[in-house]
Amino acid sequence: MNDFTVEATQLTRLYGGREAVSNVSFTLSKGEVLGFLGPNGAGKSTTMKMLTGNLAPSNGSVKICGIDMIEQPKEAKALIGYLPEMRPLYKEFTVDEYLTIAARLHRVSASHIKKAVEVAKERCGLGHMSKRLIENLSNGYQQRVGIAQAIIHNPMVVILDEPTVGLDPIQIRDIRALIREVGAERSVIISTHILPEVEMVCDHVQIIDKGKLVFNGSIDVLKKQRIGNKLLIGMHNPPSSDALLKIAGVTEVEVVSSGLMRVRFADDAAPAEAIVQAAVKSGWGLHQIAPDQTSLEDVFVQLTYQEQAVV
Amino acid sequence: MIINVARKELKSMFASPMGWVILSLLMFSFGTYYLNGVNDYFAVMSGAMRPAERTGVTQFVGQMVYGFASFMVLFAVPLLSMRLISEERRSQTLPFLFSAPISLTEIVLGKFLGLVAFLSILIVFIGFMLFTLNIWADIDFGFIIANSIGLLLMVASFSALGLYFSSMTQQPVVAAILTFIALFALMFLDRFFAGDPSNTLANLSLTRHFQSFSGGLIDTGDIAYFVLFIVTFLTLTVRRLDADRLRG
Repeated sequence: MNDFTVEATQLTRLYGGREAVSNVSFTLSKGEVLGFLGPNGAGKSTTMKMLTGNLAPSNGSVKICGIDMIEQPKEAKALIGYLPEMRPLYKEFTVDEYLTIAARLHRVSASHIKKAVEVAKERCGLGHMSKRLIENLSNGYQQRVGIAQAIIHNPMVVILDEPTVGLDPIQIRDIRALIREVGAERSVIISTHILPEVEMVCDHVQIIDKGKLVFNGSIDVLKKQRIGNKLLIGMHNPPSSDALLKIAGVTEVEVVSSGLMRVRFADDAAPAEAIVQAAVKSGWGLHQIAPDQTSLEDVFVQLTYQEQAVV
Repeated sequence: MIINVARKELKSMFASPMGWVILSLLMFSFGTYYLNGVNDYFAVMSGAMRPAERTGVTQFVGQMVYGFASFMVLFAVPLLSMRLISEERRSQTLPFLFSAPISLTEIVLGKFLGLVAFLSILIVFIGFMLFTLNIWADIDFGFIIANSIGLLLMVASFSALGLYFSSMTQQPVVAAILTFIALFALMFLDRFFAGDPSNTLANLSLTRHFQSFSGGLIDTGDIAYFVLFIVTFLTLTVRRLDADRLRG
């Protein structure tokens, strides 16, 4: 047996003949945080619903810690904590009442319920809100209650659909810290639109577009793609492209605008120093040289656009 | 697990004024009927000379109160059952239950039992109210118990039907109206076939099956009818919720 906490195989979901999610397969191990990325309507939430057993897949299977979601739904669901996109809060209850119900339904034993509620509240910074009605809480606090509900039974897999929506920057920081903390010993899957967030908290990234997995890999691969082997050089008297190509390691030169050039170099080369020396020697009037970073947004657009081109 | 869902439902019914208001209004009207029944008993019985015309106080007052109660729950149950699932659907809280380690059957049974437990508070109170007659009269406990069982079964059938209609819509009001119409039709079905009492359709009427209980008779045939009625609508509810999961 392997020790994957989540194993999704060939997940497919049809809505009236249209494929909302098609052939999504991935695995997740203990201690990993997986980020789900994708444009609106890409199938992120649908995938999450299938992972948590809220939606039956048209094809494929989900296994949580080796337990099949379709064959043994109760056992599998006991291992999951889920916060859907729309917070499932009963607004007529107080925070304490609601969390107690959540703990009870998730099979926390009667003697531990009180403690579990306290711990969850403390982790989500809800300590002073115990006796307040959920209805009267602000958006951000309601979101925290939603997260508390998902982690109250200390599940093996925590699935959060856009957990940082509607929070202020300080709360976002707290929640990210919480996600990392939970992710250290358990598995976490989050979906988000905020790309830097993925970089900050996730170990693995999946980009979904039109129901298909277009990228699945570790965050480092994405970071590398982002930083790339590129230099942006600004010069007052720019030389011809050929002069730059002669410098060892430079593979490609692209003129961005007058006086601004983008230089691509080989993987193991570091031509910056040679370029500076050449610039000084030949009087190119160098005033700027910096590694050229494509933003994560660009990488994202690239990946989702490539897929369109193939189709 | 079923108990936990039922507890949650009970709690949420008492968390809003709705539950308290319905309970108090119903108890007030039952109390009034009880009082009138006792007064009328003396008026009627002082006029009844022959022994054949005389009935016991339990039967006289009991029939009045239980007859009225079986009519009042027709209005009360749709108001209470309408929110059970439709409200959760509207505020999107169903995933909370669906992703917990409980089966759909347990969710539906829990909600059903929560509502029946709430309504049985009324039945217990009515029972106690009638038992107080025992202070000055010698009452027929069997009659009251048979009526209580009958009323409980009827209320449970109403709840099962209400739960089913609640699972079909997102609008609690729509669920309440549908439940009310369906219950009304089922209650008075036998009136439409007054000329032909042995008609099969007339046998479907809920009132007809309550009649034997209201006379103090516990008939297994009637119990079977109510139990089948409840099981049918609870199964339909489970299937309706399962369709959510399958079709999305």
